Amino acid sequence: MVRVTVDTVEHVARLAHLSLTDEEKALFARQLDEVLAYAEAIQGLDTSDVPPMRHALAGGGLRDDVPREGLGRERVLEDAPDRADGLFRVPRIIGG
Amino acid sequence: MSLVGLSAAEMRRRVAAREVSCDELVRAHLDRLTGVEPRIGALLLPLADRALEKARSQDRALAEGKEAGPLAGVPVVVKDLLDIADVPTTCGSRILEGYRPPFTATAIARLEAAGAIVIGKSNMDEFAMGSSTENSAYQHTKNPWDPTRVPGGSSGGSAAAVAAGIAPVALGSDTGGSIRQPAAFCGVVGLKPSYGRVSRYGLVAFASSLDQIGPLARTVDDVARVTSVLSGHDPLDSTSSDAEVPDFAAGLEDVPDGLRVGVPWSFLSEGVEPETLARFRESLKALETAGASLVEVGLPHLRHAIATYYIVATAEASSNLARYDGVRYGRRAPGAEGLRAMYGQSRDEGFGDEVKRRIILGTFVLSSGYYDAYYLRAQKVRTLIRRDFEQAFEACDVVATPTTPTPAFGVGEKTDDPLQMYLEDVFTVPANLAGIPGLSLPCGLAGGLPVGLQLLGRPFDEATLLRCGAAFQRATDHHELRPPGY
Repeated sequence: MVRVTVDTVEHVARLAHLSLTDEEKALFARQLDEVLAYAEAIQGLDTSDVPPMRHALAGGGLRDDVPREGLGRERVLEDAPDRADGLFRVPRIIGG
Repeated sequence: MSLVGLSAAEMRRRVAAREVSCDELVRAHLDRLTGVEPRIGALLLPLADRALEKARSQDRALAEGKEAGPLAGVPVVVKDLLDIADVPTTCGSRILEGYRPPFTATAIARLEAAGAIVIGKSNMDEFAMGSSTENSAYQHTKNPWDPTRVPGGSSGGSAAAVAAGIAPVALGSDTGGSIRQPAAFCGVVGLKPSYGRVSRYGLVAFASSLDQIGPLARTVDDVARVTSVLSGHDPLDSTSSDAEVPDFAAGLEDVPDGLRVGVPWSFLSEGVEPETLARFRESLKALETAGASLVEVGLPHLRHAIATYYIVATAEASSNLARYDGVRYGRRAPGAEGLRAMYGQSRDEGFGDEVKRRIILGTFVLSSGYYDAYYLRAQKVRTLIRRDFEQAFEACDVVATPTTPTPAFGVGEKTDDPLQMYLEDVFTVPANLAGIPGLSLPCGLAGGLPVGLQLLGRPFDEATLLRCGAAFQRATDHHELRPPGY
């Protein structure tokens, strides 16, 4: 059974904001199909009464919401590939 | 005797006794780095000037009467996914080119507060995804035991650096075996602490329910000392536990009374290379001689651990790696038309094949129509694996397996077959899924290459693992072996 086709990879790549080449799409479709075929075994387990485990630690959680100094706009913008007027600059979003 | 090759404990002792200066220790290891690095390629970024400056300021403080910290003067190498403020972090990826984080990881801050001196950042599989360090976008690291073999991964640079004497201690991170597997392949000790033991603030996230920072060193004693320094609650990481942190190095002399070592023979029957299995059986004998009794344990769901792991880990990775979009830091593809194209092209240019493969797989298992069948089901199987361990730990105090099914494989041997690469992690991923600690110890050579004994313990019971490991190192001399030519 083919689980992952080139169409699946294209669809998922769009969701993940990845622009893949045709070669990448074909390669990943084949390789991911193999991985999912291997993973098929867990479909046969009876998990009807088993709760999902999301985390290895019970509890944990929320800290008090106490204001503190941030990193500072100038320092954070230093790492940006493009910036202007104290802001991150990106390609045109509207009307482009 | 040369300063290179001493244990961290001995280096610290000499610094505290003023027999050697931090500056001398750092210089000796920087010289070592210059001598061996062309053959290994362990580091992505040496930090010689920063290290020498830190060494001199610590020497001044010690001269003024400041008490020596528990790791005073000890040179360390840290995996290049741990942030140091204003020092580049690449995570082995092109997408982080040019990034200099504005903060320092808590693990590094704690090491430095204890007197350790970071001499460099080590090579790794991109975003810690891989088992050979061949997925680094920057360079390949060679196994000091045999340059035609991989050092393991993803903390391959850290393991190779310790094996080659570049530093007595290194930090790695372990999501599915990335500390223990390279430790085994390079013949050093590696500990993945319990989930929640060490703060992950300043660690680049791969799979947040699995990632854990831990040390690599040559002796269990050094690993214990570093683990005590690293551990404890951090207000900057809400997943870090406030469980009490023992002095792990104290009490290493005591073998726990009536120690029971569980061996999951039916799980091991899935395939261990014969010489690796022979070393494992000899290791069990050594543990018995040291006073442990052996029991067989079941762990029936561990055969599903790889499938479970590669669903859970990639799902979390696809979410964590969504932040790399070419806007706030790192690499942006030039000349893209529009925002969506800029995202897509920056990510396509910035990520390597394995990272893309995992983002695709992770996005797929979370996508509408597949979520229940893959992601939710994997989380349920994770519960079954956790329960297996809870049950096993009623019959034993530690579980023993080989760390890996084979010794280090050849460079290029598995790069074209992702599934084969994933199967390398068969013995290491269960600990991450269950959130329990795992220790890998050198246990001899198979075909001239090191292999590891893995010990798994109850959550937050690193102390028993480390005592058991120390007893093993007293009973054997595998950890004294050095790669030929080093």
